[in-house]
Amino acid sequence: MAGQGQRLTVVPTVTVMGMIKARLAAATRGHALLKKKSDALTVQFRAILKRIVAAKEAMGDAMRSASLSLAEALYVAGGPLRHVVQQSVSGPARLRVRAHHDNIAGVRLPRFEHFLVDDGARAPLLAGLAGGGQQVSASRAAHVRAVELLVELASLQTSFLTLDEAIKTTNRRVNALEHVVKPQLENTVAYIRGELDEQEREEFFRLKKIQAVKQRELERQVEAAKLYAVEKVAGEVALKRGVSVGAAASMLENGGGERDEDIIF
Amino acid sequence: MAGRGNAASNNSALIAIIADEDTVTGFLLAGVGNVDLRKTTNYLLVDNKTTVKQIEDAFKEFTARDDIAIVLISQYIANMIRFLVDGYNKPIPAILEIPSKDHPYDPESDSVLSRVKHLFSADSSSERR
Repeated sequence: MAGQGQRLTVVPTVTVMGMIKARLAAATRGHALLKKKSDALTVQFRAILKRIVAAKEAMGDAMRSASLSLAEALYVAGGPLRHVVQQSVSGPARLRVRAHHDNIAGVRLPRFEHFLVDDGARAPLLAGLAGGGQQVSASRAAHVRAVELLVELASLQTSFLTLDEAIKTTNRRVNALEHVVKPQLENTVAYIRGELDEQEREEFFRLKKIQAVKQRELERQVEAAKLYAVEKVAGEVALKRGVSVGAAASMLENGGGERDEDIIF
Repeated sequence: MAGRGNAASNNSALIAIIADEDTVTGFLLAGVGNVDLRKTTNYLLVDNKTTVKQIEDAFKEFTARDDIAIVLISQYIANMIRFLVDGYNKPIPAILEIPSKDHPYDPESDSVLSRVKHLFSADSSSERR
């Protein structure tokens, strides 16, 4: 698995371990949150899927009735109706769409709704005036209804694409946190902990060693002090007796048993 | 996600149509048609004189314009430029494939619906069947 056995290159100190632990906690919390977000989006996604399938079927019916009504209108009003309609398009559209944004778990989903622009200055559509006006207006109504459905379908479809993308991104993040970032941080923490333990053991060993050295030094000094005291006494004896220090020392060494009465200790 | 669709969110947007003459006429009757000062239209009438190149150009133009929120395209025309329609994956403008009078609607070739069906059957094959 990616990230397994990997760790960050850090200096193994207590401070850094605190930082890494904080990051690990943050990563864990982020993972939980993102997981929840992904679940929420998936629920929404499923609902939209169902609605899209239903809307597509409804759209088919609406389009069929719209083209049927157009055929009726063309039959009554005659072929020129097409050209009249096409020629009458000369300005901005009357039927337009507006986009709103719904917010689903931090994802902005566009939602379209259609509306009719009413400007009184525009001349009314003259098509069908020569005949078949009723059929023409019925056809217009059917097409407006079809547009209504199509707009709804378009917003569903846009939501579908946006959600799809968002779910993919979120899942990628969730997986990255779960399989890369968290193991990496955990490995780093384990590494730092091991390294700190190692340091502690080293430190303990060193203390022991130093203590031993100090002990030895102390013993050596005591030894030296003893030797010095002995030498000093020997020197004094030598002064009194007027013999060499070496002789005095030897006298002291072996003369202990003879108990010379002049030496008063 | 935040940057997308801002152009269409404040002011109103248009519906573009690429379809055969009858379908276009019907939607124009409903008041979808738009002609601006440069005489560019938001619809393309496809008859048997229209080349695939023209359809491609119109599709590219409509999907690139930021005042168009929805592009309606007849399914048989979408089939002519299927590679473009399938390659298009932005949420706005939304591409909708609509049935036309002479060509019955085939849900299988709709680029979005095929994805929907695929996901849907993968998601809940047990509860549907």
